[in-house]
Parts: sequence; structure tokens; C-alpha cells
Amino acid sequence: MSATPEQNPAEASIERRQFDTLIIGAGGGGLRAALKLAEADLSVAVVSKVFPTRSHTVAAQGGMNAALANVLPDNWHWHMFDTVKGSDYLGDQDAIEYMCRSAPKAVYELEHFGVPFSRLDNGKIYQRAFGGQSQDFGGDQAARTCAAADRTGHAILHSLYQQNIRAKTHFFDEYFAVDLLKGQDGHVLGAVVFDIHDGQIMVIEAKTTLLATGGAGQLFKTTTNALINTGDGMGMAMRAGIPLQDMEFFQFHPTGIAGRGMLITEGVRGEGGYLVNGQGERLMERYAPKAKDLASRDVVSRAIAIEIREGRGCGPNKDHVLLKLDHLGEEVIQKRLPGIRQTCITFLGIDPAEAPIPVFPTAHYTMGGIPTNRFGQVVVPVKDTPEEPVAGLYAAGECACVSVHGGNRLGGNSLLDILVFGRAAANHIIEYLQENKYHRALDEEQMKLVVEKAQQYNNTAGGSSSEKIETVAGLRKELKQVMEEHCGVFRNKEILEQGVVRVEQLVLRMKNVKIDDSSFTFNTAKVEAFELENLMAVAVATIHSAAAREESRGAHSRIDFPDRDDKAWMRHSLYSFDNGLDYKPVRTKPMSVASFPPKPRVY
Amino acid sequence: MTAEQTNYRWQCRRGMLELDLLLNNFVDKKASALSMEQAAVFEMLLSYPDQTLFDLLLGNSVSSDRRASALIEQIRSTPFD
Repeated sequence: MSATPEQNPAEASIERRQFDTLIIGAGGGGLRAALKLAEADLSVAVVSKVFPTRSHTVAAQGGMNAALANVLPDNWHWHMFDTVKGSDYLGDQDAIEYMCRSAPKAVYELEHFGVPFSRLDNGKIYQRAFGGQSQDFGGDQAARTCAAADRTGHAILHSLYQQNIRAKTHFFDEYFAVDLLKGQDGHVLGAVVFDIHDGQIMVIEAKTTLLATGGAGQLFKTTTNALINTGDGMGMAMRAGIPLQDMEFFQFHPTGIAGRGMLITEGVRGEGGYLVNGQGERLMERYAPKAKDLASRDVVSRAIAIEIREGRGCGPNKDHVLLKLDHLGEEVIQKRLPGIRQTCITFLGIDPAEAPIPVFPTAHYTMGGIPTNRFGQVVVPVKDTPEEPVAGLYAAGECACVSVHGGNRLGGNSLLDILVFGRAAANHIIEYLQENKYHRALDEEQMKLVVEKAQQYNNTAGGSSSEKIETVAGLRKELKQVMEEHCGVFRNKEILEQGVVRVEQLVLRMKNVKIDDSSFTFNTAKVEAFELENLMAVAVATIHSAAAREESRGAHSRIDFPDRDDKAWMRHSLYSFDNGLDYKPVRTKPMSVASFPPKPRVY
Repeated sequence: MTAEQTNYRWQCRRGMLELDLLLNNFVDKKASALSMEQAAVFEMLLSYPDQTLFDLLLGNSVSSDRRASALIEQIRSTPFD
């Protein structure tokens, strides 16, 4: 191959920029890493498809766990125990130890960046109690979650963005990253991106690249995730030959508004609200006679799915159940649940003080993702080594699988994850760049292919293909429906295997997608087509991993295999386009303390 | 889709699902009929931080700008399919 390839006129106009680090995604994980790197005087480019402060981190209301012991006695080792147990023993204990030990420092750092944490009267940071937290390895309830009122994510995101502006991070706002670039030796060396405003393509060459693109909740019809959560980094990793890890573990919240997705907090049932099926029965009496509507999330989610599947749903399509709270009276509802009331009135035209709320389990959090070690390096199996780093490539946050959440994430651990591992990735990048001072040569052939890919939807209107033309909106709708029906909270062999076939069929139909907007100005149809490609890749990995895992662990719950099977399945799933399914062991050895051996997960 | 709608479309991609749904529904159904003045107010609203917009659109807070509060009411009351 020629060292100086000829450029065609289209490529001649393509701008090339060079940076030490390219970060794709500007949520909490990406911005935390960017800040650390910019402060180390490295040149950092952050590419974000939306304006950075419109990243999904803004929606994280709950808070961030750290064993500060400001309210009740606490220490990081108890936090570690809770996280390992919460993960249903699928979490990697070295990464969990690292995260829990780093948590207090991560909170203090945020405080110095300007995050206004809520305070106790004595001036210390206030900490609230959250589910799954204990003192003394499973004892009394702990108080571990630090919060900035009910807008913690918003406060963190805005503070980090301001700090990055101060540190002179270079932002490419409203740019879309298409695919990763590589060198001949397999190093990852940046990405091809385009400006959503005018379609202009740009090659960003970088010595190191960090994927921080968030989760993939848009896989499912009913989700709490914003429209931007299309698993872009996961799709890019898959196309670069990297497997996705533990994708069968997707956290669902039992009560989302049916057909819309937004969350109705557990607090509603805590106040005395209860679920009713199409026959007017209190359905939870059948599934959890004691705890009833306060049973754990997965039990309630599965109960709702079973009722609907067995024809006891509500509404003309019998596709939801009802959450009844009108018996609490208008005064109580207005006083204790004003936000919920407002949400229902705005999105459903229903006042829960007068009528019940239609609900359905809603997809909330992607536990799986791009496999990394605790330094944020993306790791893949090579021959007998299960975790060989991919040179130059890092991932952090919800798109990554470190794995600290394992089979199920604890409330308050997701903000902690993005901040701790965003920072850890930056630390490793700084070290790596001391050894790797110069830009490596791109594989120009591979770059050409990616540039072509970036142009692929430019001219598809009115094609003359004899095959059926598919629309992005149509295929996306089908994909979300298939994933909800076949890979939601109700899983068994038959349903999952049908799902595998249906997802594979949708992937084949993707090649017939045509978009009817060939303009270069704000061509959002083109962006949506690329997003759908990413969702398709994530869907393939998710459904295959779920169909293969014959046990129930954490959020992956099989009707036909109701028990956890540590002997056969205490291992991570890996799914790649090239090799299909593969597995690797869980890292059960922590950094400095004794392992927590698997025990039944009882709360 | 009109030029205004495509321009708005990406600004309606937000960090919160609630905002995505309310803003996109409004753009789908009402944006092409906005007056020049209303369009300017809509653009101003889109420039607000997500949390501020969330509080305004979900009725947790009220804008002191009468033109803004009128448009917010219009967004809130645009029916979903």
C-alpha cells in the first residue's frame, strides 16, 4: 500500500486535527476525564452529539455513594460488601474495592469543583439512606448517599463543564462520532466525526481515545432514558471488533408510565399505592403475599409482565396494569407526591388523585458494556489471556463494564462509577502518554472506509433499489418492540430464541434503510440512522447473551431457570460480531482485602 | 419537515426523557405555526439548562416572562397521540 495515498476531491476537503486525547461523550465520565487531562496540560478534544450540559447525567437525581460516615457509622469496606452483594457476585471485586475506597475523595473533589452538596446542621455533607446499603456487612441500614438536593446529576455536570471551560478543554459540540480509527498495528488512534450543523466530516487523530457515551436505554420501547441514549460507543466498539460484556444485565424499574417510560418512584407504593390488574385484583398479593407492593424491584417487574402475558392487563390492548393511589386522597398526594402528580397530569392528562396511573416496567440502566479493567483500559481476550488491553482505547461510565455493577446496580453507585473511573482512565492516559509521545500513522485504508461510511446516508433519497425501502423510524420502532417483548423482564428459552431470530432479521433489513433528507444542514435523519446502527449492534449482543445465560442472577431473570448457578455461570459474557459468545472469569480477588464469596442474596 | 422544524429538532434532544417528549411533540404539532415572536421565545426556552426547563415545563416553577409562560402553557397542553 502506498504511504502517501492519493486523495479524491471529496477527501481533499476533509479536515484533520490532532489531539493527545479524544473523548467521545460529554456526560459526567467524559468530563471528569477531560478535566484531569486538561489540567495535566494535555490537548483534549471532547466530541458530543448534544451540547455537553444536555447529557443524560443531568437526569441523575438520587445521589452518589461514599462512606463518609457523616450521619451513621460507615466505612468503604461495608460499601464494598453491599456493592458485591448487590451485583449478585458478578461484579469484579478489585474494581469494586477501588471504587469504594476512592469514593470519599471523589466527593471532596466535586465539592472543590463547586457542587453544592446538601448539608447537615454541623456543616458536614448530608447523607441519605438508600436501598441496598448496610452497616457492618449486611447489618442495619446505612446512610451513604451524598446529594445536591434532587438535582445531583445536574449540579455535577454543570460544575464539571465550567471547570473544563476554565481548563481550556476543546469542545466539539453537536458533532457525531461515526467510527474509531486504527493504526496498522491495531492501536486505536481517534475517530471520524461530522458536524451535525453542516455535515462536514473531520478526522480527529488522537494518541488515546476514551469512549464515554453512556447507556443504551433506547433499545427498549418503555425506558426512562433520554432519546440520546443509543449506545453509540458500544456500537463503535463492536464494529472495531471489541466484544460487549454482560449485556443481558439491564436494570428495569417496575413502574414506568405505560407507553411513555418515565419513572413513577417507589415512594408512591411506600405511601400506600398499589398495583391492580385488568380484573381489578391487587396483583402483588399473588406474587409476594407478605411484602405485596413493597417487594423488590425485580419481583414487582416480573409480576406485572406475567399478568400482562397471561391476559390480565388493563386497557383496550391489555398492555399495562394500574397503579392506584386515589384512595390516599388529594391532600396527601399533593403534599407527599407533588412531582408524580404533575408528571401524570402533564403526560397522561390523568390526575392520580382521581384515577389510577397506567404503568409498565421501564428500562433504566445498562449494567453491561465495553469491557475495561480498573484503569479504564478497554480489554479483550487474546488467546489465553482474557483481558489484554487494546492500545490507546479507554472507556468509562455507563458505556463501560468495569465491572462494578455486575448483575445489578445499587442506587447511588452510577454517579460514583462515572466519576471514579473517568478519573482513573485519565490517570492511566497520562501515564501512557509519557511512554507514547508521538502520533502513530493511521491505517489510511481503514480511514477511507470510515470516511465513506460517514458519507453513506448523504445521497440515499429516492434510490432505485428493487428491495423494500426501510425507514429509520419504522425499524427503530420494531426493534424497541421486539426487545421489550423478547428481552424485557419476562425471559425464557422460547421467548429469547424467537427474539434472537427477530433481531437478526431486523439487522439484515438495516441495509435497506433510506433517508429522505439529503441536505447537509442539520440533517438529523442521518444522525438517527447512525444511532439506529449502534442500537442494532447493542441489541444483537444483548439478546444473544440473554438467550445463552441459563440462570437467574441480578437483573437477568429467567422463568425457566429461576436460581443462580454459580458453578456454571459465575462468569462474564462477552459477545462480538466475529466470535459470537465467549466467557471470562469474574475477578473475585480484591486489591487488599479478602474475597466476598457468593452467598444467597437476601434482603 | 420545514427548515424551522429541522433546526429545532436537534435543540430538542435533551438530557431528560420528559423534555425530549414534551419538546418534540410540540415541534411536531405546533412549531410550523409559530409567529416570528413566538419562535424567538421558543429559541430562548431551548437555550435554558435542562433542569430549569424541566421545572418550568413540569409546573414546578413559573417564568416571570409573560411571553415565555404563555408558550410554556402551550407546550404543556399540546396533546400526545
